[in-house]
Amino acid sequence: MTEKTKHRLIALPMAALLVGGLISCSEGPPSGRGGRGGAAGGSELTNAALATYVAPGDLDEYYLFYSGGHSGQVFVAGVPSMRHIATIPVFTPYPGTGYGFDDESKEMLGEYTWGDSHHPGPSETDGEYDGRWLFINDNANGRIARIDLKDFKTKQILKVPNISANHGSSFVTPNTEYVTMATRMSIPFPAGTYADVTEYATEYKGLVAGIHVDPESGEMSLGWEILVPPFNYDLGDAGKGPSEGYFFWTCYNSEREFIEGGKLEVTASQKDKDYILMVDWRAAQAAVDAGNFEVHGGAQVIMPEDVSGIAWFIPLAKSPHGVDVSPDGRWIIGSGKLSPTTTVYDIEKIQAAIQANDFEETIDGIPVLTYESVREAEIPVGLGPLHTQFDDRGNAYTSLFVESAVAKWKLPPYEEGADMNQYVLDKIPVAYNIGHLVSAEGDTQSPDGNYLVALNKLSKGRHVSVGPSIPESAQLIDIGGDRMSLLYDAFTEPEPHYAVMIHADKLDPIEVYQRGDPAWPADPDAVWEVEETRIERNGNMVEVWMLSVRSFFAPDVIRVNQGDIVRVHVTNIEQIRDELHGFAVDEYNVNLVIDPGETKTVTFVADKPGVFPFYCTNFCSALHQEMQGYLLVR
Amino acid sequence: MLAWLSRFATVLDQPLIGKSRLLVAAAFLALIPTFFVPLWHMSFGAQQYPEGLDLYVYSHALVGGGEGGNDLTEINVLNHYIGMDELREEDFTELKWIPLVIGLIGVLTLRTAAIGNLRSLLDVMVMAAYFGAFSLWSFWYKLDFYGKNLDPRAAVNVDPFTPPVFGHKMVGQFEVWSFPAFGTYLLLGFGLFLLGALFLTWRTTTGDGESPLATSNGG
Repeated sequence: MTEKTKHRLIALPMAALLVGGLISCSEGPPSGRGGRGGAAGGSELTNAALATYVAPGDLDEYYLFYSGGHSGQVFVAGVPSMRHIATIPVFTPYPGTGYGFDDESKEMLGEYTWGDSHHPGPSETDGEYDGRWLFINDNANGRIARIDLKDFKTKQILKVPNISANHGSSFVTPNTEYVTMATRMSIPFPAGTYADVTEYATEYKGLVAGIHVDPESGEMSLGWEILVPPFNYDLGDAGKGPSEGYFFWTCYNSEREFIEGGKLEVTASQKDKDYILMVDWRAAQAAVDAGNFEVHGGAQVIMPEDVSGIAWFIPLAKSPHGVDVSPDGRWIIGSGKLSPTTTVYDIEKIQAAIQANDFEETIDGIPVLTYESVREAEIPVGLGPLHTQFDDRGNAYTSLFVESAVAKWKLPPYEEGADMNQYVLDKIPVAYNIGHLVSAEGDTQSPDGNYLVALNKLSKGRHVSVGPSIPESAQLIDIGGDRMSLLYDAFTEPEPHYAVMIHADKLDPIEVYQRGDPAWPADPDAVWEVEETRIERNGNMVEVWMLSVRSFFAPDVIRVNQGDIVRVHVTNIEQIRDELHGFAVDEYNVNLVIDPGETKTVTFVADKPGVFPFYCTNFCSALHQEMQGYLLVR
Repeated sequence: MLAWLSRFATVLDQPLIGKSRLLVAAAFLALIPTFFVPLWHMSFGAQQYPEGLDLYVYSHALVGGGEGGNDLTEINVLNHYIGMDELREEDFTELKWIPLVIGLIGVLTLRTAAIGNLRSLLDVMVMAAYFGAFSLWSFWYKLDFYGKNLDPRAAVNVDPFTPPVFGHKMVGQFEVWSFPAFGTYLLLGFGLFLLGALFLTWRTTTGDGESPLATSNGG
């Protein structure tokens, strides 16, 4: 209740008597979004401080979702403050939210206790983030997960057959028809087959896949796989505008060999050019619909030797990493890590070359487009170009790993025969060794052009020392002006590989599971009244329907016999935000955290006799310490 | 005084003039929305409740603010610490008879607008005034009952108190405000319309020569 509302109620004029209308309860709005830039003048440092200062109670302007690498999680920070706000557990148990401890998330994690989360990809509608889901790949175990951005929770983890080291993922089509998966480290096909590495060139295969996304539920299912040569399929992007309908993946090791003791870093760098693999996903879908596939390991696999018009290779400077499509969808930008240039391709030239069968050669049924025919320009951005993002003014920003810098350069058109150096407009050093970078809504059709975050691999000495396990650094850069300027250093848990920056207005998360809200189907085991709580025995299974509310559990005593299977459903009947309750059973490795209105289930075997307290782990009230009960195992 | 009273008695059968009838009809219209808007609004503010908690008393319902009306649940959760009974709609019999009485008054008001005289107008006014006063007392009594009957075994001991009916009070860490809401203003408007109607017809009875009353006085 704000002062303003109160006064309005008191001072409601009589004149308004016959004017209908309800008195509304106005929620206290956040006092502001974004930094306090422009609040006062001053030095560059003062400006940077003000630009990133989000005053107490103010909210950030953007969400930054950055992958947690081999921590298996996704982290959420605010921009411009760069404050880490939350961790969304995905591939790894996370006791803080009880993830991986209740039956449902345990089953979702399956046999794995970790994953390697790499590239978060938000769902899109008409090429813009629509704030519904966030997809994230597991580079280690051939999986992809979907986070619901309504409650910031992992809802599905899909294991896909045959895909090995899923790196070229999770890139989403402009209307979320598909999200990508791809094999980074080729293995014999189908997965599970044994073949020695001496047979790498012939027996090992790469795969790329289109994962179909249900437009209503977001449920992922395998659409199709395409068998491709045993290169290492790396990063990707989905086309948009004139390039909508295509997927692009970079790939290296087009030498297609793995020589024992030969060092892949050497053997994979022998050819001057590697490739971008381009796939027409509509044609792939049509091929599958027409039955032009083989089934391997349960997957529908398209064989390019048999089906043409689906995949093409585009030559690119060797050892490429990023391939990124410009906001207008016309320019495809590929970056070879070992080249001092980044290459711009024109989708119109690509389509013309395909029409004209303008191919250099064909590899395993996949035509290689003639480089000179499809290339628009090579831009001398600097050493070690990796990944490119965009602003709203026709500029691109490419990370330079070797040079430890970000280069800002101009997208086409270029003058005929001009010195390309003039199109590199600015460069800013970063600390240190930047991998990926992200600009605000930078891979949508309308980037915002204000902020850019450099995700650096090394942070040496820029924070108080924490010993040898040094965190990574993320630096906020202002790209709103002609010159880039560094605003802020932040440090991140291991290890961000990629990030997306989404305007806060695009998301509208819930904070309570409202009882009866059709968006969150009722758990059949939920209990909302103390009278409904109960304990039932069925053979050696003891099932408990429990509720938690400030500041007690009902029931608060569970009596079982040693060896019983105990299944506890706990409903947190709170309906106000931030009233979470925990349910931890000492010595039994049980640790649930139940959000307001949520029901969670845990099943365990009472194999240890004795008396074991259970209690609320998540601070809830002045009498939180009193919120406990006992498990009695006779 | 006696003369005034006797004059009063003689004009009670005076039919309402046209303008008065319009005002009585307007009063009737003002009653209709009172079924749909809150009559009273209590709000609770504390540091850890930045949006506050709201409780709206309708003629027929007790409605919490916030998403899904959950503020009522929250108020009850908080009150259990001091041993206050849960505020449950079914325990408020007022919510059953208030709409009925408003409806009755509405029917009588409509009758007065159509075929009424000063007598029937005064009947409606007296009834409405009594209803208003009784409802307010009943509301106060209910709040007082809840505030005074606290479970002695509650976790937090507070002195019995009367929650505010009108105005502001600190209860623990909560600032509690209680004020009439739009529906009560409508009811006030209803009364003012009737007063206006009374005044207009009454005025015609005191005019010189023209009105029957003046004649009777003269006689």
